[in-house]
Amino acid sequence: MIERKHGTVGRYTPGARVNHWLNAIILVLLALSGMSLFHPALFFLSGLFGGGTWTRILHPWLGLGLLVTFTGLFLRFWRYNLWAGEDSLWMRHIGDVVAKHDDNIPEVGRYNAGQKIVFWGMTILILVLAASGVVMWDARFGQYFTIETKRVAAVVHAAAAVITIGLWIIHVYAAIWVKGTVRAMTQGSVTGGWAWKHHRKWLREEVAKEPR
Amino acid sequence: MSTLQSLDITRRSATTSPSPSVRESEEVAKLIDISKCIGCKACQAACYEWNDLRDEIGINVGVYDNPPDLTENTWTLMRFTELEEDGELEWLIRKDGCMHCADPGCLKACPSPGAIVQYSNGIVDFISENCIGCGYCVKGCPFNIPRISKKDQKAYKCTLCSDRVSVGLEPACAKACPTQAISFGTKKDMVEFAQTRITDLNERGYDKAGLYDPPGVDGTHVMYVLQHADRPERYADLPKDPKISPLVEAWKGVAKPVALVGLGLTALFGFLHYVSTGPNEVEETDEEQAKKAIDRPDEKREGR
Repeated sequence: MIERKHGTVGRYTPGARVNHWLNAIILVLLALSGMSLFHPALFFLSGLFGGGTWTRILHPWLGLGLLVTFTGLFLRFWRYNLWAGEDSLWMRHIGDVVAKHDDNIPEVGRYNAGQKIVFWGMTILILVLAASGVVMWDARFGQYFTIETKRVAAVVHAAAAVITIGLWIIHVYAAIWVKGTVRAMTQGSVTGGWAWKHHRKWLREEVAKEPR
Repeated sequence: MSTLQSLDITRRSATTSPSPSVRESEEVAKLIDISKCIGCKACQAACYEWNDLRDEIGINVGVYDNPPDLTENTWTLMRFTELEEDGELEWLIRKDGCMHCADPGCLKACPSPGAIVQYSNGIVDFISENCIGCGYCVKGCPFNIPRISKKDQKAYKCTLCSDRVSVGLEPACAKACPTQAISFGTKKDMVEFAQTRITDLNERGYDKAGLYDPPGVDGTHVMYVLQHADRPERYADLPKDPKISPLVEAWKGVAKPVALVGLGLTALFGFLHYVSTGPNEVEETDEEQAKKAIDRPDEKREGR
């Protein structure tokens, strides 16, 4: 939605922003509590949750919370993240994107291919984490799985978590690097220039939607 | 159990710095001679007595095993196998419990610092007050020994009577055994003693008799003399070549530091990318172009 008075373009509704930040808070808590049990050097992080036992108790419930908040994000955004032909073209220009050779980068719709990869990556990883997490949730579901299944789940859970955190780092870095991005999630809108520069096709679509 | 100051520690779970280890005690071992066992369960009773544990009164499940499995209250259990082969019946009775591996999978899997320790005498002990109840030790163990209590969600298993051993006593089970099927001493002595028993068994027709001290876990501090050492699985599925699951090794081994370094490098690359290419800022011209596009949608081709 174009806000002519300010020259800005609406990007996220208040609902979407609340949903995103709840998701973000839970994801960070999950990463901190998970990492504390992942490596001895990070066990001190369990102190943030009231000790090792509390960390072990809380982590799976936080996981359930993430499943809920991410389902919300998924339902809001999946249709904008469907892969299009232009995304493959964008990916071939990933070097230009990283090097800020903006003139060589193809026009982008609401989301670029990198954002779409983060979206689908998170979707798949969170499903994998939830499934393997249930198998590892000994206090609740310990009796339903064999030890060998739990071993597989532990490896899968740890590997998926590391990739998820890696994706999260990329996601956060992109928001910090590309100036003017964070306000989309804090205020809901971006400047026209930001939309023109980074998501020109989306800007045109938004303009075309406006009544004349 | 709790930490024993009189025993020095070789390894501590989830700890990368050295453990207190100025004193070196000699490795101990319990030797269980299955050929001498009569299945009386005195060892089981002694274990309940010394450790002040009682298990639930269960039901008869059709075999002599009682209770049917190890529990958080039953740290040792007689497992009875009726083996019929070539028309001959053999009754194999194995006293199951923690093997006190030299390379303990439970300790390697444990994420809580000091919840599992290996004393320098070889005993692997759970320090319950540090246990967070995650159940990773269960996944790490190649013998399926630790049990998680439903009451407090903490892990329990045989301590090899570390509290008795630390004051120079033998484990309660060894003390109670009426046929001396359970011996206790230094590991070296127990290996030697086992050899005399094996020679004896060999002479009496058990040519496959041998010592069970599996090298896959660097040996154990509970060892068996088996009449059929070539087929340990006959004894209620005693694993032939136990080792820590490769899945656990992958999960708890080199993958952990590699993953942490990988994540650290990802963040570092991001930072270095920022300081080398600078922030990706919207230029004034972008705002002007956007203004045109917003104001004159008909001529949206402009500015391409």
